[in-house]
Amino acid sequence: MPQFAIIAVSILFDGLAYAMFLFITSVGLSVTMGLMGFVNLAHGAFAMAGGYIVVSLTRNLGIGFAPSLAIAAVVVGAVSVIFERGLYRRLYKATDLEQVLLTIGLAFMAIATATYLYGPIPKSVPLPTWLQGDISLGFRAFPTYRAFLIVLGIVLISVLWYAFEKTNIGAKIRAAVDNRRMAESVGINVDLLFTLTFALGSGLAALGGGLAIQLFGLSPSFAVLYLVLFLIVVAVGGLGSLKGTLLAALVIGVIDTGGKYLYAEAGGFFIYAITVIVLLIKPAGFYGRE
Amino acid sequence: MTAALQVQNLNRSFGALNVTRDVTMSLERGARCALIGPNGAGKTTLVNLITGVLKPSSGTVLLNGVDITTSSQATRARGGLARTFQINQLFRGLSVLENICMAIGERDGENSNMWRSAGAKRSVIDEALDHLDSLRLVDDALRLVRELPYGRQRLVEIAIALAQKPRVLLLDEPAAGVPSSESHLILDVVANLDPDIAVLIIEHDMDVVFRFAREIIVLVQGAVFTQGTPKEIMSNEDVRAVYLGQEGHDAVQRGGGHV
Amino acid sequence: MAANETTAAAMTSPRDSEAIAARDRAAEYLVSRHRYRWAEALPWLACIAVFFLFPDRLTFGSQVLVMVLFALSLDLILGYAGIVTLGHAAFFGIGAYTVGLGAAKFGWTEPVSGLFAAFVVASIAGFITGWFLLRYRGLTLLMLTLATAIMMQEAGNLRSDLSGGYDGLPGLVFDPLLGRFDYDLYGHTNYVYALVVLAVVFYFVRRIVYSPFGQALTGIRENVRRMHAIGSPVHWRLVTVYTIAAGIAGIAGALFTQTNAYVTLTVFDFENSAKVMVMLILGGTGRLYGAFLGAAVYMVLEDYFSKLSPTFWQFGIGLLLVLAVLFARRGVLGLFEQAGAYFGKDKNLDKNLDKNKGTKP
Ligand SMILES: Nc1ncnc2c1ncn2[C@@H]1O[C@H](COP(=O)(O)OP(=O)(O)OP(=O)(O)O)[C@@H](O)[C@H]1O
Ligand SMILES: [Mg+2]
Repeated sequence: MPQFAIIAVSILFDGLAYAMFLFITSVGLSVTMGLMGFVNLAHGAFAMAGGYIVVSLTRNLGIGFAPSLAIAAVVVGAVSVIFERGLYRRLYKATDLEQVLLTIGLAFMAIATATYLYGPIPKSVPLPTWLQGDISLGFRAFPTYRAFLIVLGIVLISVLWYAFEKTNIGAKIRAAVDNRRMAESVGINVDLLFTLTFALGSGLAALGGGLAIQLFGLSPSFAVLYLVLFLIVVAVGGLGSLKGTLLAALVIGVIDTGGKYLYAEAGGFFIYAITVIVLLIKPAGFYGRE
Repeated sequence: MTAALQVQNLNRSFGALNVTRDVTMSLERGARCALIGPNGAGKTTLVNLITGVLKPSSGTVLLNGVDITTSSQATRARGGLARTFQINQLFRGLSVLENICMAIGERDGENSNMWRSAGAKRSVIDEALDHLDSLRLVDDALRLVRELPYGRQRLVEIAIALAQKPRVLLLDEPAAGVPSSESHLILDVVANLDPDIAVLIIEHDMDVVFRFAREIIVLVQGAVFTQGTPKEIMSNEDVRAVYLGQEGHDAVQRGGGHV
Repeated sequence: MAANETTAAAMTSPRDSEAIAARDRAAEYLVSRHRYRWAEALPWLACIAVFFLFPDRLTFGSQVLVMVLFALSLDLILGYAGIVTLGHAAFFGIGAYTVGLGAAKFGWTEPVSGLFAAFVVASIAGFITGWFLLRYRGLTLLMLTLATAIMMQEAGNLRSDLSGGYDGLPGLVFDPLLGRFDYDLYGHTNYVYALVVLAVVFYFVRRIVYSPFGQALTGIRENVRRMHAIGSPVHWRLVTVYTIAAGIAGIAGALFTQTNAYVTLTVFDFENSAKVMVMLILGGTGRLYGAFLGAAVYMVLEDYFSKLSPTFWQFGIGLLLVLAVLFARRGVLGLFEQAGAYFGKDKNLDKNLDKNKGTKP
């Protein structure tokens, strides 16, 4: 197999795994922003919290990686409801600026807490044997973990797609994203719906945070560093759109990976350039409402 | 003579919903025209299309014979087009006087000045106070808009539009949300507008409409259903069926927190 | 009785003396708000006092002044025009690198003309980006400003042969100020230099915000729909102020490079954009001196606490932000004003109102 084809396949594979991480972590942010227009810069902190819970559970309590992921998602999802009810709720009608400030404040507090508890040095996580090693496809060996990430991503996308498109609750969410006032006037309880999606989205972010440890290592700065990427995925995809988030995650994931393979010195330049171009042409993102 | 405002075959839709359908109408200089129609007929949308808040999907808008279909809102305003909003759009954190000065400043280009102190030009303040005087708002000149009762805020809404010295004035339910005990203040102002200004008023109260208008346009589901003098409209059976018959229903809706 | 008589008089002939007096009052009220007040001397006196009281802390003092200038530029667009940006560090960085590259690669080591160059280059960048970005609002604008700043950083990193990358351009040498005052170990010259630049820029900013143009910016912040409806060229106004603010941020960045004698790509950091916003918010937006108070308080606290424990400091600043949003939306200065109003110091407006109430029909 020619060299360039191997590189192309590698970029696609790694990019896909990366895109799955981006999608899982960002999708909740997209839906909650679409529902309430709430700019939540603490979303990365929820992801980080999930990651650290996984670290603690696996390292200190010896719980397996997969159950730890599930526990982290549930715990963070549940705790996020407290934040939503206690803090966020007061600012739904406030300006972007106030939402930005409140949630940056929360993110700072979360980072400081994580630094205090876990220190600034990146943490890793022990993987079960079935996720270690490589899967060989003849011409190239692929890390099992990334393959697992891709499969998990596809499963989650299918489940979310089904829930969004085929269930009653999904229909309600779509209606509320589309036209909140109309949805309320036909008796949909948008507040409750929002709390639910917020919890689900935070839980998924926590799952993403747990999955990210093996990819990038986990340090407290995760909460801000990757937040920018999540926001880009949300903005480029279009608020409240599952399809858009997926498309944006794929584009950003593959392009960022490709850039790093082919032109590492450019760093993140390409994804920011893509972001600017897409938003200048389509300010509401791929599938956002203008 | 060219009409002050001419709208030709205007169309606009939101997604699948055709909110404005092939609307053609015109206002002569000094016109007194009422635009009526049930809730959701597309009256506010029509005003938004005329003033450039929304872009039409097809059709043209002429202001004093000049095609302004693709012009910015600012160009239209400078061409003598002013409007009030169905829901107050005021500078709530500024005083009433500053609200009026803002409109005068934009009209005269004074607001491009970065060096003079705002308020240093006495002529602007005097003119603003004259406008407030004529609407009996002078006593509130230094109060913040957000501290005024709603009825007075509605007057400020009109005062700002008048401070633009418009040739064409579009009033979107000027008395909406004001208790009837106070609404006569607003309607007096409307009745005494400069006879040279072409006025289009959207209003649900048929007494007001028949008293004020020399011409009535009935809009139903985005299209002009019929138009004519108050007499013609009053005696039109179809209008009674689609609109006048609904008046009681609308009044109930409006009382129930309609915005 | 007396009240009734004045009412009748005012209504029968609006041009009589009482009405004219009311007009004078109104005009006076508008103009009086823009006059210099004695309290405005306080921050400047404090800056001078610092020079004499803490002669060995003036290097830090210059850093504070640079941040005040930076926060002031943000106040123009955020506090007055209501533009929320997460990328203001872009212009700070451009200014910083204009004089940095000028000194390192082109031998342009004269400091004052360097500031002008930084102002011009950053303004041009502000004009170009503003022209494209200021059509958007909300999340889109946040992401576009953020991405623009990071792109500049990445571009700088790509050409690390020029920019020095994250190691930066160390050991820059600038000419003595005005050909005469050399830079001393304790930063005395730098401090006075920064203070004078700040004062000059402040004068211009103050004129702008109290001008009709500044009033129009407030109008855009308060209600942009109404501004469109009364014929304001909103986009143009925003681009204008964005360009000016970018230029001032550029001056701040240039001062930063000159007073530190080095610059690295971290000036473009998101943290830098966030930090200046936090300073401004803590001090109070849309009130000029909020930038002073916010930057000074933030820098002093940071200096103190981050030596004790950076983690503790970060937690504290996060908590402060949350509390500020929940309880003090107008910043520390806003709190002062509330307290002032509470204790009855700021009753001028109320007095006017009371007089008017007497003549209300
Ligand atoms: N921005 C928008 N997006 C989608 N639909 C809209 C939008 N603006 C208006 N509509 C819809 O267009 C229709 C007409 O609205 P419009 O406000 O013009 O009615 P109206 O005649 O002014 O009614 P009212 O008497 O209630 O003020 C309504 O069905 C409304 O829901
Ligand atoms: Mg309407």
